[in-house]
Amino acid sequence: MLKKSGAIIILAIMMIISACASNKGNNAESSAPATSESPSATVSESPSPSSSETPSPSPSESPSPSKEAVTIKLMMYTANGQEQTLKGIVDAFQAVNSDVTVDYEVVPYADYDTKLNTLLASGSEPDLFEVGYENFRTYASKDLLLDLNPTITADTLFKPEIYKKLAYDAFNYNGKQMGVTHSFSDVVLFYNKDLFDAKGLKYPDASWTWKEELEAAKQLTDAKNGVWGTYAPIQFYEFYKTIVQNGGGVFDSEGKPTVNSPANVEALQWMIDKASKYKVSPALNDDTFNQPDADLNAFKEGKLAMARFGIWNFNGFKEAPFKWDIALEPGQTQKAHHFFADGLVASKNTKNAEAAWRFMKFISSDPAAVSLRITAGWSVPAVADEAVMDAYYKQTPPDSKKIVSEALDSLVLPPVGPKPEKWNELKTAVSDELDKAKLGKSTPQKALDAAQKKVEELLSK
Amino acid sequence: MVGQRKWNRRIAALVFLLPALIGLLAFQLVPMVSSVVISFSDWDLLSKWTQIHFIGWDNYAEVFKDEKSYTSIKNVFLFLIGYMPLITILGTLFAVLLNRNIRGIKFYRAAVFIPVITSWVAVSIVWRWLLNGQSGLINYLLFKLGIHGPIWLQDDHWALVAIIAVTIWKDIGFVSIILLAGLQDISEDYYEAADLDGASAWSKLWRITVPLLSPTLFFIVTISLINSFQLFDQVLIMTNGGPAGATSTIVEQVYKNAFQFNKMGFAAAQSWVLFLIIFTVTMIMQKLQRRWVVYER
Amino acid sequence: MKDRSSRLKSALTHLFLAAASIILVFPFVWMVSGAFKAKLEAVKMPPQFLPSHWNMDNFRQIEQFFPLYRFLLNSIGIAIATTIIQLLVCAMAAYVFAKIPFRGRQSVFILFLTTMMIPSQVTLVPLFILFSQTNLIDTYAGLILPGVFSAYGTFLMRQNIMTIPNELLEAAFIDGASYYRVFKSVILPLVKPTLAALTIFAFMSSWNNFLWPLIATNSKELMTLPLGLSKLQGKWSTEWNILMAGNVVSFIPIFVVYLFAQRYFIKGMTMTGIK
Repeated sequence: MLKKSGAIIILAIMMIISACASNKGNNAESSAPATSESPSATVSESPSPSSSETPSPSPSESPSPSKEAVTIKLMMYTANGQEQTLKGIVDAFQAVNSDVTVDYEVVPYADYDTKLNTLLASGSEPDLFEVGYENFRTYASKDLLLDLNPTITADTLFKPEIYKKLAYDAFNYNGKQMGVTHSFSDVVLFYNKDLFDAKGLKYPDASWTWKEELEAAKQLTDAKNGVWGTYAPIQFYEFYKTIVQNGGGVFDSEGKPTVNSPANVEALQWMIDKASKYKVSPALNDDTFNQPDADLNAFKEGKLAMARFGIWNFNGFKEAPFKWDIALEPGQTQKAHHFFADGLVASKNTKNAEAAWRFMKFISSDPAAVSLRITAGWSVPAVADEAVMDAYYKQTPPDSKKIVSEALDSLVLPPVGPKPEKWNELKTAVSDELDKAKLGKSTPQKALDAAQKKVEELLSK
Repeated sequence: MVGQRKWNRRIAALVFLLPALIGLLAFQLVPMVSSVVISFSDWDLLSKWTQIHFIGWDNYAEVFKDEKSYTSIKNVFLFLIGYMPLITILGTLFAVLLNRNIRGIKFYRAAVFIPVITSWVAVSIVWRWLLNGQSGLINYLLFKLGIHGPIWLQDDHWALVAIIAVTIWKDIGFVSIILLAGLQDISEDYYEAADLDGASAWSKLWRITVPLLSPTLFFIVTISLINSFQLFDQVLIMTNGGPAGATSTIVEQVYKNAFQFNKMGFAAAQSWVLFLIIFTVTMIMQKLQRRWVVYER
Repeated sequence: MKDRSSRLKSALTHLFLAAASIILVFPFVWMVSGAFKAKLEAVKMPPQFLPSHWNMDNFRQIEQFFPLYRFLLNSIGIAIATTIIQLLVCAMAAYVFAKIPFRGRQSVFILFLTTMMIPSQVTLVPLFILFSQTNLIDTYAGLILPGVFSAYGTFLMRQNIMTIPNELLEAAFIDGASYYRVFKSVILPLVKPTLAALTIFAFMSSWNNFLWPLIATNSKELMTLPLGLSKLQGKWSTEWNILMAGNVVSFIPIFVVYLFAQRYFIKGMTMTGIK
């Protein structure tokens, strides 16, 4: 009964809307086989010299006789602040693909999902858009993305080996390649060489476990002068990696939640103990690092001997008045490192799959694009070719820049779990409990028990 | 003759109301009715709107089972209790003082309004520092007074208090300027007449200012009520609803459910429950206004 | 005697207002000084009140993130159009709600008020679908139209118009004035202070509007300043110092509007004749 009346109401609204729309329906974007550019209904943004307002198709505009000219829309967030670089890549792409015009838009990360979801909801999403690994799983499971397998098979010149395998496979969903990682980021251990030298300590290396880290941190800590031996924030992202370093995990191999496993409780205890028991990290009721970028500042001022930071901070530390380098993170029973992949995917509804694929390939692997990105410092391309990466490694500090790639041997993907669409909710649920443990309102065991219950509940819905 | 006048009046009412009515219908009512429809669906905002799927009253049942909905409603009422009386009283005080004809009054009138037009994003950094537990200025001053201040934004008891204080800081200029405009509407004659009768400042405040300002005060009270229920921006920027949900608000929940948790249908249902609460409270206030609001002189 | 007490009173007023001003303006001053700092200096702990080098670089760097002048012009144009139309629409509707009774008026007014009670976050998507179906996305009209109707403004104006004595309107009607004449020559001059206040608020809400322009524009030619400022916050890091500089730029136009409108509070009082 109710379902019926709801349907009637929405039908009525649809009729009103379509009545409003009908007067303008003829020049909408649905005119797919456009042999030449039709003058857009809104403000003209095409860089091509469109010959005034005359609607007559000008024959001079079709660039290559073999292919139809197409425009693909692209939306990205990592290009924020790198629009000039993106423009350079698009120009380079259009120079060799004269039949394709890439109409790009850059939306800041914080608002990207809101915009993309609204566009998807109204059915006006761009042909190509950027997603992180976590959201990729959601979009793929909701069947919103184009399966690239047929296009890839048709492209006989393409070899997936040009990408780092793990990065490429991150955008494979149930055997279907649904996107290409164009860049990645990870988190490593940054350390202040001068502080280590002052105490005559050995620098961190790949053999270190939490034990060596703690020993060094104890000696490096100088609480009176506000110098801390080691630092990592207590929050969800740090948690899901740290528990893997102790052999734990948010989910087991079958996808069942194991948030409160003994290994996880032990790892959380360790995160807390560094501050409360061993006092080698800022006290837990010290919210100094709650201020934006305060932890980065502290490192830059020589107040942190070791800290786990993202590799995107290299540039910010360039002018630090001391020597610093990076190392693999110490693990307890095993190594584990964050891996954040950003890739391009195509909408299932795109009419220009082949052109979209060409651009995906270009931005993620073409030497021209890759070198533009490395020069501009727009995160790390996921190409396998070490010769290409050499240009990246050569940008120092840090001297041990290859660690960035070595960390990938022990990467941890965000624990998206069996229901990817619940990822953000899951993250919030566990975060709330971690907050309680951090503020001493709850013990690690109790907090993780509560988190386990919440996650189970989320997945059962 | 009388009938003619009645007709004129009706036509005038229609003509003057028409632009607003069109706006109301197109930009408010159609989306609002749509959101009612959406509240009966499991729309995730990912599939296209034409493929919407209805699930009856499930979302509403979920809202009443959802622990976070209750927490956020409780937080909003706590906010309201702190915010509304303080901003009304302080706003009136500011407006009365800003209405004085003293030297430099223009400077003060400008200064008071500056927080209103400063962006939340920019000042939130400053406030996060001011409210910092270890090195914040506020705790430093409290320390001088012999008080050991809390870690405001990270403490589940004090985070909401901090949000109330910062919101008052931001809104006080807005409230006092509206009240100032209302005060400027009050004729000096009343005060002069009262002076002749030898009335005290206190009795002038209660017998002239407050009654004549009461329509504006009513506006302020209503608006601050509605704004409290819509509390969102500052929370998202300063605490993101934390620590552990201590500053979570209804709209913050609506926003997250709609755009981050892929539960648009649930978010719509939450909004309509929120609507019912605000509507009830506002209607009670509309009824009560007859007791204290004086229209026409 | 009287003179002394009034001098004491104004001294106390000064004292209170000065203290309040310092508290109210402090974070703003901070923002301005941050606009001249280096990146990490802007968020340093413990804070540094003044920049170690006053440099204008941050203002120049804004251009690297978005075309400042284009966005600024768009913001100004859209805010002015929205404000003028909104003022007119609100004042007209408020006139009816305050002074032209008809059956069902109270219900219509309540309907107006109800639109303030639903969070815009939840009507955003239906509104977007409506606009995209009517091809209004990525047009100036699409940016201006949703802002011209304001229940808020109507409510504020109505509260003010209600305080106008009915005798004043009756006298005008007896002189043979039409509804339009009464509106233009009696009502509007009397509510100038409130119109001035509403100007500020209408301008401000258009100026700061973020979510709607975010989803309703695709091309740079139409984007507004808040969208530009949000580009300074990236996935991995935020350019706090440039953000502060951008906020200083964004602050100036609206402050100018405020200063102009504030003058009308005073003028409104002296111009209305009956006082």
